Amino acid sequence: MLSKRIIPCLDVKDGRTVKGVNFVDLRDAGDAVELAAYYAEQGADELVFLDITATHEKRKTLVDLVQKVAKELNIPFTVGGGISTPEDVGILLNAGADKVSINSSAVRNPKLISDLASRFGSQCVVVAVDARFADGKWEVYLNGGRLAAGIDLFDWILEAERLGAGEILFTSMNHDGTKNGFANETLAKLSEMINIPIIASGGAGNMEHFADTFTEGKADAALAASVFHFKEIEIPNLKTYLKSKNIPVRI
Amino acid sequence: MIYLIPGIRDSHLSLNKMKDQKIVIIDYDAGNIQSVKYAFERLGITPVVSNDEEVIRSADKVIFPGVGEAAWAMNSLRKNGLDQLIPQLTQPVLGICLGMQLMCESSEESDTKGLGIFPLQVKRFTNERKVPHMGWNELDELKGSLFDGVQEKEYAYFVHSYYVPSSSETVASCNYILNFSASLQKDNFYACQFHPEKSGEVGVRILENFINL
Repeated sequence: MLSKRIIPCLDVKDGRTVKGVNFVDLRDAGDAVELAAYYAEQGADELVFLDITATHEKRKTLVDLVQKVAKELNIPFTVGGGISTPEDVGILLNAGADKVSINSSAVRNPKLISDLASRFGSQCVVVAVDARFADGKWEVYLNGGRLAAGIDLFDWILEAERLGAGEILFTSMNHDGTKNGFANETLAKLSEMINIPIIASGGAGNMEHFADTFTEGKADAALAASVFHFKEIEIPNLKTYLKSKNIPVRI
Repeated sequence: MIYLIPGIRDSHLSLNKMKDQKIVIIDYDAGNIQSVKYAFERLGITPVVSNDEEVIRSADKVIFPGVGEAAWAMNSLRKNGLDQLIPQLTQPVLGICLGMQLMCESSEESDTKGLGIFPLQVKRFTNERKVPHMGWNELDELKGSLFDGVQEKEYAYFVHSYYVPSSSETVASCNYILNFSASLQKDNFYACQFHPEKSGEVGVRILENFINL
């Protein structure tokens, strides 16, 4: 049976991981390559690297990092942050990334999705969507959640699928950072609307939340950062727990 | 560093035998061959990436990777005469993902004629469930030396929208929407629908088994 995927997300800046990674058993918690290998060892199914510098001058550092990660890692990984052209994508895929994640650049230029899908294949195009629920509707946000795009979430997801997205990474801004669970009702609605996999993001606080997002939220994968980085949840324990709930996971 | 090089471990396999081999990865501009190259490097082997007939013929083992679209990939093969060469090879050849599909007779993807090594037709998954079939899925009904030391129900990483139906050449099965071929073998031709280079320890074992054929 196809398993549900657990995906740690690593924020990187200038080639190093940031955001309170607190691993005493790593020699250098800021070393993204070492951290990635650790998560692979722990049973992560994929990894996402989000480049939060993402300025043009710093791209080379990211490409170097992607290459180093690809040399070490024997599981798939996605790279996102500041990707806006097929050239950017070609460089990252050639360096060894399996998928790229695009967000604001796709909203500003939806044709980017179809350009990437036809040139590199849908399987490597992850469309990341940040959205906030307010006044009875879900609205898409840009620039890491700082700018409202004036676009309805459901319209945008349908459009992204139609243009050739291979996967959707949906982050609910209402849930992100709350540790109160994922936006399961909305995730389930999205999952029934489209026929490509959905990665749930935003709100993971405990192991039950993961179980809920796979059952109630019908998510294909779940992404989290701090609960893994701070070892509030360890992946082997999480997978054992999910298995006990009859959720298919790779152990 | 403790966690680096997760693929390398002491095993019963002869590392020297492995390292002495010439592994050639067929280069036809079809997707991400870096990952395949790196997977062999983690095993201590430096593969050659080439589209040159002589280089490919001189290999101990040949890897035929592929990510992308079938018709486009077949065109790239034809440009270099690789479509003629690959079926003639006599050393072990391992097709991966699209490589496996191109080794078949034909594909529903853009109605493409393949290399005809396996007398099989590649079909598209129906939309009963989400397509592509993306993620880790179980390997069943394992047969043959490629799967030595791999247990039934171990997981491999798949990403594909088209599949090869079950057949007498099937040496591993997978189930998504229906049972399909996770792996094929006929004579010196081996193929995996999943990505051994991205399938963790299971994938490492399969690549080692291929090298040790």
